[in-house]
Amino acid sequence: MKKWIIMLVTVVLGLIGLSGCSDSDAASGGEKDGKAEITYGFWDKKQVPAIEEIIKLFNEKYPDIKVKTEITPYGQYFQKLETAATGGALPDVLWMNGAHVVQYAEGKVILPLSEMAEKDDYSLDNYPESLIDLYTVVGEVYGIPKDYDTTGLWYNKKIFDEAGVSYPDETWDWKKLKEAAKQLTDKEKGIWGYAALMGNQGGYYDFIWQNGGYIISEDNKSVGFDQPEAIEALEYNVSFIKEGLSPTQAQMTETAASELFSSGKIAMMFDGPWMVPEYKKNPDLDVAVVPQGKKRAVSIHGLSNVISSNTKHKEEAWKFVQFLGSKEAAEVFAKTGTVIPAFNGTQDAWKESVPNLNLQAFIDGAEYSVPLPSVENTGEIWQYETDVLKKAWSEEISIEEAAEELTKKANEALSK
Amino acid sequence: MKEVPLQTEVKSANRIKVSSLAKTRKRSDYFWAYLMIAPTMLGLFIFYLWPIVQNFYFSFTEWGAFGQYEWTGLDNYKRLLEDATLLQAFKNTSIYIIFTVPIGIFLSIIVAVLLNQNIKGKSIYRTLYFLPVITMPAAIAMVWKWLYNADYGMFNYLLSLVGIEGPQWVSDPNIALYSIIAVAIWSGIGYNMVIFLSGLQGIPKMYYEAAEIDGAGPVTVFFKITLPLLSPVIFFVSIMSLIGAFQVFDLIFMMIGKSSTALESTQSIVYLFYQHAFVLNDKGYAAAIAVLLLAVILIITAIQMVLQKKWVHYD
Repeated sequence: MKKWIIMLVTVVLGLIGLSGCSDSDAASGGEKDGKAEITYGFWDKKQVPAIEEIIKLFNEKYPDIKVKTEITPYGQYFQKLETAATGGALPDVLWMNGAHVVQYAEGKVILPLSEMAEKDDYSLDNYPESLIDLYTVVGEVYGIPKDYDTTGLWYNKKIFDEAGVSYPDETWDWKKLKEAAKQLTDKEKGIWGYAALMGNQGGYYDFIWQNGGYIISEDNKSVGFDQPEAIEALEYNVSFIKEGLSPTQAQMTETAASELFSSGKIAMMFDGPWMVPEYKKNPDLDVAVVPQGKKRAVSIHGLSNVISSNTKHKEEAWKFVQFLGSKEAAEVFAKTGTVIPAFNGTQDAWKESVPNLNLQAFIDGAEYSVPLPSVENTGEIWQYETDVLKKAWSEEISIEEAAEELTKKANEALSK
Repeated sequence: MKEVPLQTEVKSANRIKVSSLAKTRKRSDYFWAYLMIAPTMLGLFIFYLWPIVQNFYFSFTEWGAFGQYEWTGLDNYKRLLEDATLLQAFKNTSIYIIFTVPIGIFLSIIVAVLLNQNIKGKSIYRTLYFLPVITMPAAIAMVWKWLYNADYGMFNYLLSLVGIEGPQWVSDPNIALYSIIAVAIWSGIGYNMVIFLSGLQGIPKMYYEAAEIDGAGPVTVFFKITLPLLSPVIFFVSIMSLIGAFQVFDLIFMMIGKSSTALESTQSIVYLFYQHAFVLNDKGYAAAIAVLLLAVILIITAIQMVLQKKWVHYD
């Protein structure tokens, strides 16, 4: 009997000890000397200098709102958010991409902003319409656009000069790209003409669209990977590897293609404007618009800032999001050349931030761009794309087999 | 004559006093003992036992986004039976265990026996062998990944000096798992070595002296004295390494990229669990995988417990 009482006492004592811990935790996360502290979650460490400058400018205006940054590498970003959202521990303000916004909005873990924007007379007309559309779920806007990105054909001028090939321009098509890749490939020097990346944005999506195919049908019920246009596009993509014009999939996982490219081992590759801070360091590199297939197409995607539903400082978070979406903040991003700011009219400043690169190529692409598809299970479909297409890229299975398997899995995900 | 009963009376009275004292003493000992272990016990209940119970429950559910779930009965377990990837993961994990556990134990015993001799600078060697244990697994994985890099890594550079074109250590599906196994063995030696060292030092010197007098050579001494007397420690280490090897995750996660061609041939059961729980957000199925893993570990450990009677000597 007494044993039980002693046990009880120890348990109670232990619990008091534990609750003591949690109390002090809560105190440290809250307000300090009248200042509200909000956290800002994002993934790209290349943008840290720009973001820090923006926070500094923000604090000149609102000295009482402290902003703490929280960087998670992209590879783990959405996994961490998922867990944080389940536990109600999301950062107050965070980056969102088109693939996940529907899921997060329907899961009610991020706040609709339309009402607040209306109340504060905050105009959403300052951003490209396609981006506002991307972040509108059932009539409510959930994110304020931050930037957008299209894809360009990056190339190494030195390798072109040595091989006597003229630089890519807007007249290039699939045939020309292949020809040039053949001329530029130099096995002895270890130079590949082109990197056939296994990525959707700025990779097979763009080729599929250029070939007249589609990724997700208009009724959001099926995917188009097994359509003849898509199979042809995927085959074109992998043919570079088969013909020895591109590093193999295994080689590109050993050393990232972007690293091979910036060290002069690859002559041409598709990549986005987010690589500008990296590629501008090598004076041999420049960029042109992506070649055309049956028609011109390039994928466009943009990030936005959203507010989590679990925030304790809704007002402050909204003020910060407004500031992040302001012209002032866009100009900081433009100046540092990190990303194409979404705020209309600030793109020219971005273009001029790195005058030795033909950044106009990315802005030109926006004209005929196709937004990345976004449904509730986009993240899951992306995972299947990686799982399945990887095997086609490493030539374990044929393109037809991969397309069939991927279509089956993705359609199942869509029907959930 | 009178003194005798008196004495026994006193004695028995004393005894009663002592025993009641012992009882109260015991009681307060219990109190302090429970108080002292309370934080650990609470931690164990809250962070281990309760999650196991919850995990078992969740293995019968299917999860939607952000923590909603519904009861689906045995569906997840039915899926387990048909999952070819799971079978592959079991195969990968088994290969990993078959290589890391015996080779790891064998090498650590050798190192421990060598470092138990009176050699110069043995504490320096002991520290060197122990260093990988105190290094973060993530850091170890990163460094080895660079060493293994096919284009710029040190191994292939050294091989190229003698005219051999090295393989793609971590991207070739046929090799990647063995590359990981090598790292696992390397990083595990130090920890097991320390346990074996303490075991070796627990073997009484007199056995060795007797063997010397009888004229036994070092090899006979090792097999007839060291190994049998070390067997309880070997048993302990093999149980712990086996459980650890079943749960391998960090090395694979860090060294094999998500879009790597070698992922299928390297992913372990826990990696698959992670993939379902946190990437595909299929937490119910992930919970079922965890239950299966727990069951397999329990069965294998039980088999080891039975088998130990045949080879472990407690003197």
